[in-house]
Amino acid sequence: MTCARDSILEAVRRNRPRGEYPPISPPRFSLPEPQGRQAKFIGSLKLMGGTVLEASTEQTLLETLEERLKQAGHVCSAVPEIVGDRNLAAVKSPAELADVDVAVVRAILGVAETGSVLFTERELRINTVAYLAQHLVVLLDPTEIVDGLQAAYDHPVFKTAAYAVFHTGPSATGDIEGVLIHGAQGVRSLTVVFQPRPAVG
Amino acid sequence: MTELPIGRGGRQLLHPEVAGRYEGDLSQDGAPLSHAEGLSQPLRAKIREPQPRGARQRGRRRVDHAEAAKRFIAATEHEKFHDERLWDMRQKRDQQRDTIPEWEVLRDLASQIKEHTLAHLDTYLEQFEAAALANGAHVHWARDAAEHNCIVHGILADNGAKTLIKSKSMLTDECGFREYMAAVGVEVIETDLGERIQQLDDEGPSNIVAPAIHKTRDDVAEVFARVYGSDPDNDDPHYLAHEQRVATRPLILAADAGMTGCNFAVAETGGITVCTNEGNADLSANTPKLHIASVGIEKLIPKVQHLGVFIRLLSRSALGSPITQYTSHFRKPRDGAEMHIVLVDNGRSARLGMEEFWTSLKCIRCGACMATCPVYRRSGGLSYGATYPGPIGAIIDPTFDRHKYSSLPFASTLNGSCTNVCPVKINIHEQIFAWRKVMAETHELPMVKSGLMKAAGMLLSSPAAYRAAISASDVALRTLPHFVIYNPLNTWAEGRAMPPAPARTFHSWWAANRGKGEKT
Repeated sequence: MTCARDSILEAVRRNRPRGEYPPISPPRFSLPEPQGRQAKFIGSLKLMGGTVLEASTEQTLLETLEERLKQAGHVCSAVPEIVGDRNLAAVKSPAELADVDVAVVRAILGVAETGSVLFTERELRINTVAYLAQHLVVLLDPTEIVDGLQAAYDHPVFKTAAYAVFHTGPSATGDIEGVLIHGAQGVRSLTVVFQPRPAVG
Repeated sequence: MTELPIGRGGRQLLHPEVAGRYEGDLSQDGAPLSHAEGLSQPLRAKIREPQPRGARQRGRRRVDHAEAAKRFIAATEHEKFHDERLWDMRQKRDQQRDTIPEWEVLRDLASQIKEHTLAHLDTYLEQFEAAALANGAHVHWARDAAEHNCIVHGILADNGAKTLIKSKSMLTDECGFREYMAAVGVEVIETDLGERIQQLDDEGPSNIVAPAIHKTRDDVAEVFARVYGSDPDNDDPHYLAHEQRVATRPLILAADAGMTGCNFAVAETGGITVCTNEGNADLSANTPKLHIASVGIEKLIPKVQHLGVFIRLLSRSALGSPITQYTSHFRKPRDGAEMHIVLVDNGRSARLGMEEFWTSLKCIRCGACMATCPVYRRSGGLSYGATYPGPIGAIIDPTFDRHKYSSLPFASTLNGSCTNVCPVKINIHEQIFAWRKVMAETHELPMVKSGLMKAAGMLLSSPAAYRAAISASDVALRTLPHFVIYNPLNTWAEGRAMPPAPARTFHSWWAANRGKGEKT
């Protein structure tokens, strides 16, 4: 008996469609951003159900965030800017994070076209933190927003990371009569906080 | 809850009776939202009626699409809501298209990338396998559904896994995976809300992106009351979605293994890309120690840069949402975890050799052809009695079983709308027509159709007989009583009004006015 691999490959070769089908290198399409990249990102994110933490005159964004987090239950932070009460380094099993109320993580980049943010296992530390938490807070450096998905896919993590994921707003479903509900299985909200990336030192 | 005026979406409804008020979650600025599967126009099924069930399955006997469609249409509230909701998806898709000047170029590129990959599929499969193995993933090959199920069962058994959480995958539906696993004592838990509803109601998905789209909220409340013991009279979708979240989460946390499908497999990286709105694929793959991905061999694309084309098209075509909430790329197993990729043929390599039909393998499973199809919208996905409903199903299903699915290419008006919205430019309506020819040539025509076709064949092969018959039938349409025209043999007139007959035929007009002295 030939093995399945060889017989599938043999059948694929035998049945190869006739004709020339040259390889395709897609051109890069430019995306107009009349109000600027950050404004476009905010608009796109809000249409996808995401929220943006807004600045007040008295406090910095980080102070506003810290104050909000005081009202939350368990906070799990994967960023140096925020101290939580759950230590990701001590987590033995990904399911342990089920009681987390708010997770705070930093995005590699943002995508203006769609309002997406990008993470890998390096940013999340334990991947499930971004899904099992009730709410997700994302720190994003506004200078790290790219114009579109094509530009985002140029990032090297897609060839190096074990896991890379775009989040665009929170978990959502419309599976019952098209009524839009946030928090289907994953996070109920996703909030972006614009915060420059700290200098590596 | 915000009261919004009817007609917010700014379009004329096909069925104004199902207009509703906005019930979904709001944006940060308090505006209604229509991302993911959300409606752009508030709709609601108002009259409670039993859910019409799908086509009757009788082994390998021919699926009677028309019979099941008739029952769906008879459930008028379901039919109207379904029609309107799918049409809303099509409208959302058009709105997204209109925001992207290069939309048609993207469709061309997507089509060309897929054609190139399929024409060099052996090379790309080998490249993908080598990269995946180098990443530390396990790669398995399955010739058919039985091999797929057996391989997955083996992986689960090796790991002592008795419970499996999974995200939606049309391929596993195609393989009869849940049924197989039930028989060998592995508990499978679907984690997508729509797919879970269908699993609990012992039905297949009726749509490839919104599995329970044929169900009203009452139908869902009935299923959840039966299975979860929730309040049968509370049909608020927020309540129902919460019930499922609460019931499913402990199962996710305790599961031994996780499974996902695959939207795109990238040969260059050996990784797979999965698109969901709920984040349930990420939970399924990241929570247990074992991730199994079932991948149809046609899912290959050469490079990461090609994702930039397909991800821009997929959710916009599928739901009219700019992107799915989650676009997830799995390339390597997590530390201490295992990742298995099962590459499945199940008829795909044979389809590659079908000159008229191989381009159906370009399909990226967006469902745009279903949202736009008048037959699908009015008959419901389950009336096709097959894993893949709608226009794409009509050209794929017969490759699995030509006899069983021989009626499906006839469930079409051939209006070509499916072809016009397809993001990878499959000539769907032409393939539907080509399948009709195959069915005629292989004597798979439904009986009434074959009798009529024989008569039509005799007429059409003789111009003189054809012209005489046209004159006679126009006279007949004008003069015959209703019950003769709308008789059970004339299936075309079922559910349709026959056009008024012209006062005279074109040929007799030509002969009288222009054709003087010419032979007619």
